[in-house]
Amino acid sequence: MNPLRHPLLLSVLALLLSACGNDDGRTTPGRDRHPKPVDLMITDYGRPDPSVLAAEQELHRDNGDEPQTLDPHLAEGFPAAHILRDLFEGLTAEAPNGRIIPGAAIRWNISRDGKTYTFYLRRDALWSNGDPVTAEDFVYGLRRSANPATASAYAQVLLPIANAAEVLAGDLPPEELGVTALDEFTLQINMRDPTPYFLAVLNHSSTYPVHRASEEEFGPAFSRPGNLVSNGAYVLDGWAIRSRIDLVKNENYWDAENVIIEKVHYYPFEDQSTALKRFRRGRLHWTSEVPVNQFMWLMRHYPEELVISPWLGAYFFGFNLEREPFIENPELRLALALTLDRDLLTEKVTQFGELPSYNLVPPGITDYVSPLPEWAEWTQQERNAEAQRLYAEAGYSEDNPLTIEIRYTNGKNNKKMALAAASLWKQVLGVQATLLNEEYKVFLQNRERRILTQVFQAGWISDYADAYSFLNLFRSGHGSNFYGYSNDMYDSLLDEIAAERIPSRRRRLMFEAERLLLEDMPFIPVYSYVTKRMVNPRLKGWESNVMDHHYSKHMFFLKAASEAYQLRRAAEKLQKEQQEDNDAAATGAGAGEQTPLSEGENIPPAEQTETSGDPDQAASALPEGEAEPQPDDESAGSSGL
Amino acid sequence: MARHSLQRLLGLIPTLLMLITVAFLLMRVAPGGPFDSDKLLPPDIEANLNAKYHLDESLPQQYFRYLGQVAVLDFGPSIQYKDWTVRELIAQGIPVSSTIGLAAMLLAFVLGTTLGITAALKQNTRADYLLMGVGMLGISIPNFVIAPILILLLAVYAGWLPAGGWDWGIASMVLPVVTLSLPVTAYIARLTRASMIEVMHSNFIRSARAKGLPESLIIRRHALRPALLPVISFLGPATAAMISGSVVIERIFSIPGLGSYFVQGALNRDYTLVMGVVIFYGVAIIVLNFLVDLVYAWLNPRVRYDQNR
Amino acid sequence: MTKIADIQAIDPFEAALGVSDVKGRSPWEDAWHRLLKNRAAVYSAFIMAFIILLVVFGPMLISWESDFTDWDYTSTPPSFASGHWFGTDSVGRDILVRTLEGGRISLMVGLVATIVSLLIGVSYGAIAGYFGGVADRVMMRVVDIIYALPFMFFVILLMVVFGRHIVLIFVAIGAINWLDMARIVRGQTLSLKNAEFIVAAKACGVGDWDIIRRHIIPNLLGLVMVYVTLIIPQVILIESFLSFLGLGVQEPMSSWGALVADGAQDMESAPWTLIVPSVFLTVTLYCFNFIGDGLRDALDPKDRL
Repeated sequence: MNPLRHPLLLSVLALLLSACGNDDGRTTPGRDRHPKPVDLMITDYGRPDPSVLAAEQELHRDNGDEPQTLDPHLAEGFPAAHILRDLFEGLTAEAPNGRIIPGAAIRWNISRDGKTYTFYLRRDALWSNGDPVTAEDFVYGLRRSANPATASAYAQVLLPIANAAEVLAGDLPPEELGVTALDEFTLQINMRDPTPYFLAVLNHSSTYPVHRASEEEFGPAFSRPGNLVSNGAYVLDGWAIRSRIDLVKNENYWDAENVIIEKVHYYPFEDQSTALKRFRRGRLHWTSEVPVNQFMWLMRHYPEELVISPWLGAYFFGFNLEREPFIENPELRLALALTLDRDLLTEKVTQFGELPSYNLVPPGITDYVSPLPEWAEWTQQERNAEAQRLYAEAGYSEDNPLTIEIRYTNGKNNKKMALAAASLWKQVLGVQATLLNEEYKVFLQNRERRILTQVFQAGWISDYADAYSFLNLFRSGHGSNFYGYSNDMYDSLLDEIAAERIPSRRRRLMFEAERLLLEDMPFIPVYSYVTKRMVNPRLKGWESNVMDHHYSKHMFFLKAASEAYQLRRAAEKLQKEQQEDNDAAATGAGAGEQTPLSEGENIPPAEQTETSGDPDQAASALPEGEAEPQPDDESAGSSGL
Repeated sequence: MARHSLQRLLGLIPTLLMLITVAFLLMRVAPGGPFDSDKLLPPDIEANLNAKYHLDESLPQQYFRYLGQVAVLDFGPSIQYKDWTVRELIAQGIPVSSTIGLAAMLLAFVLGTTLGITAALKQNTRADYLLMGVGMLGISIPNFVIAPILILLLAVYAGWLPAGGWDWGIASMVLPVVTLSLPVTAYIARLTRASMIEVMHSNFIRSARAKGLPESLIIRRHALRPALLPVISFLGPATAAMISGSVVIERIFSIPGLGSYFVQGALNRDYTLVMGVVIFYGVAIIVLNFLVDLVYAWLNPRVRYDQNR
Repeated sequence: MTKIADIQAIDPFEAALGVSDVKGRSPWEDAWHRLLKNRAAVYSAFIMAFIILLVVFGPMLISWESDFTDWDYTSTPPSFASGHWFGTDSVGRDILVRTLEGGRISLMVGLVATIVSLLIGVSYGAIAGYFGGVADRVMMRVVDIIYALPFMFFVILLMVVFGRHIVLIFVAIGAINWLDMARIVRGQTLSLKNAEFIVAAKACGVGDWDIIRRHIIPNLLGLVMVYVTLIIPQVILIESFLSFLGLGVQEPMSSWGALVADGAQDMESAPWTLIVPSVFLTVTLYCFNFIGDGLRDALDPKDRL
């Protein structure tokens, strides 16, 4: 009996010991489960050449959590959004880089006042059951989404549409929504406000069409496998709740011939280390996140697989301006903001190349550059000195320190950031900060009520690339204004932005509003988010984008280099045997096989960013570039096969 | 006996009623609601949602509505998983949880008693100390440490088993079952050892020895049954331990069992889901305890219920 | 329910405490000698004492503050050069200091929760057992009902409802752990109350409460001690589960459970953050279990054979 347990104990000890000393990337177990791909070749049509594609095109994606629903109009949260983007297609769609491109609508007109959108639908677009996708389907979908009986949590993105607010409140019937089908393939949407980002909203699941006949037939169960009729690149094939969701290619999709991945499996791994282990085991091609503390380790062992890219989200701390000591005390708020050494925080605490932030709107929105406060240019010493001066001026000292509570909730980096902020404030100013880790829902409630809070963790990840979505958080009376910030001038600027349709003027207004906000300092900018995940090196076709939208239909698997090499060797051998007498011909054939591979260098720059650009970028965020990618990965990659 | 069983089963009702009431109150007292999220809902939309799940009614109204539903085994729709009813979710979770739970229990029982008996028969030898010392690891190291170590060793490094996830394959069950059973195995081993030692020193074993019966026969015929009695009575608490352990195991291995529904549901204030799981586990524990008592009575003819009540 | 079983399990103690001793040499002396002969228990007691000393006084001897974040050494492995002999965590806090201070919390959680469960369990069980009849039936029925509640779930619900105040963790865990204690004590009391000395006391006209206080409870002491050494490690483990689920003690305070849960996340990239607190946790739980075993053996003369 005991030998059964004894070796286990020994091996556990051995593991722990070896884990201490094992710093060599080459010996990472499981490293060989991610063979290097062949170089990518692109055809004249911009698609990958069939010769470089792997035989099996089945994608296993980690989705981070179980989607709450696959009903596009009830969906909220990233897990559902990821799957719905594969299943459905809105009027607009996205290119791999996140640019808005025609989707179910092939083109559109926007009236001069920006208040009437006319969409011309694809005539070849079909539902997965073969029915044509018509303007009526979109009208039905939008009305359903706005209908109070549907109780859609995300219907607020429809608010710019004429009458949407009244329909949502139940004051007008859904039929009054400003959406009409002019004919079978022409759709008109009337707007309340000109909304420059509206085309991006039309790619949001709340605006997806639904297949009326099946929705009416199955009712709430219409989003189950077998019932769900969708118009996107994939169809729902199976749903084992909380273990796996299976999609298969929709053969009726209008662009089906360019969809390469045949099957997609989504897994709801809540625990990032579970997902990472499964990835290392080779059973997952794409994770939703990576564990927060393991940047160095991942860079050392999986530099090729770790993909980091900017995300359109801001992480900051908020002040409750309705509670002491922050009422009418911008100097003190500035002092606290100055003290947070953002370079230190991003380098030592978050580690994954998050960008230090001195303003609200994160970079990555085309046509908008945020204002920077004056102190953004200072050194940290200068900031600290100024902070200490302001702190003393506000009447605090060593004997009379400021005592504050920092509220934060579970998860990811929140704890580390709160600890780090408290520590920096203590080290530089002598502030006595108490940390309060609150359970998520408790935290949300306290933050919203503004009765208990002083300093609290906050952040915003936008659903569409527009600065207004960030600025609007600080409007007086807005539900997400947890700060009690109220500035008439700011509010009127926001109103002007909402009504403005000339891009340059709108941009200037937004710049002005953000500058005003930075003067009042109701929040402490800290950093802007990055997405960080593990991706199988053979999976290509996707691009990093600030929205973190990645469609399975853009992706494909390349052959493993070793596999291609073996095939080529076999082919060469065969040829040699056939043409034993003709040496010249044999070498010619070998060279002929090789040329396409070197053509891989001709791939468009966009394709390259995901393979080389991101790890490089991540490496540059490292202090002293300690963890540069290991050159021996190549040998490890092929030796395992 | 039959009368007693009936009484026990009738006793289920007040127990369940209390269970439902306490869980209902706790859930509603908890701050925050099911629709709070990072992106705040406009009041109109929140009102629509509350109306849909009858959360706009008064608390007593909701409570009695719920009791009425439970009486006909309708646990309502899940608030969090909008496409499913609680009954469907629980129905999908039960097979998973009970497979893991029963397999782990079986493993713990077989392994635990074997280890315990072996140790007892070699009392105070090195083998005994080693077995019990190693066995105690199961109680002394939390599951959430052992599980990742096993995953690393057997899945990531060796590549023999999957590193989490659930597909009903035996391979995906091995690690969760083993980890879940470890602490219970350790307890059972200790329990068996203690009672075995006691039995082996008792008079009837001595007289059996004096009669010259072979040792193996003595153990099998005479010692085993009384030695296992305390183990049987431990199975009730062991079930409870398994259930709480499964919360952790399901999370680490990403297994779609009931335990993780509960934690997720409680954190997301999915009132209906939490209530459903609590009720199910309440019933399961009561029924299992009852079965354990039956087995106990069957093993130990001296015990009759009327004597003890 | 399993009461029968409990009584069965208690047989040895009955022999040791309830019935065997009315007069003569103190059984405690006997037990003490037997305990001293149990080497595992004695060593465990010494190690435990050492750990307690370390946990109580250690942090005073180390120059690092437990909440000091050393930005030059975040996530550094153990090294003498950095002054962090056992390494640092992801924000540069010294692991050793945090482990020692976490030990204070863990041991305190264990102790206080056990005391809470003792107070409730012993008085509840003694009263039910002594008075018997309807009172007993009703009281044990209540225990049965609470027993059927999925215990871990209620701890989680309580943490969700009341936030994670540390006192609350003690009380929540203690309030649930008293059930076993109540049953065992009741069983023991049932057998005690017919013992000659109790009957004699009754005959002399001693009141019920005095009998419970003066005669029953003291006679339960040995049993209770054994259970205390078994409950403390259980409670420490439960606290660690809560920490794993993110419902444990509040930063910057810590506990072994919380540290181990954190460390388990990074066991490959920063194994020292797992190993250091795990060693303390495991050794402590080992010691308690050995001491508990030793006590049980010492108080149970049958096992001497």
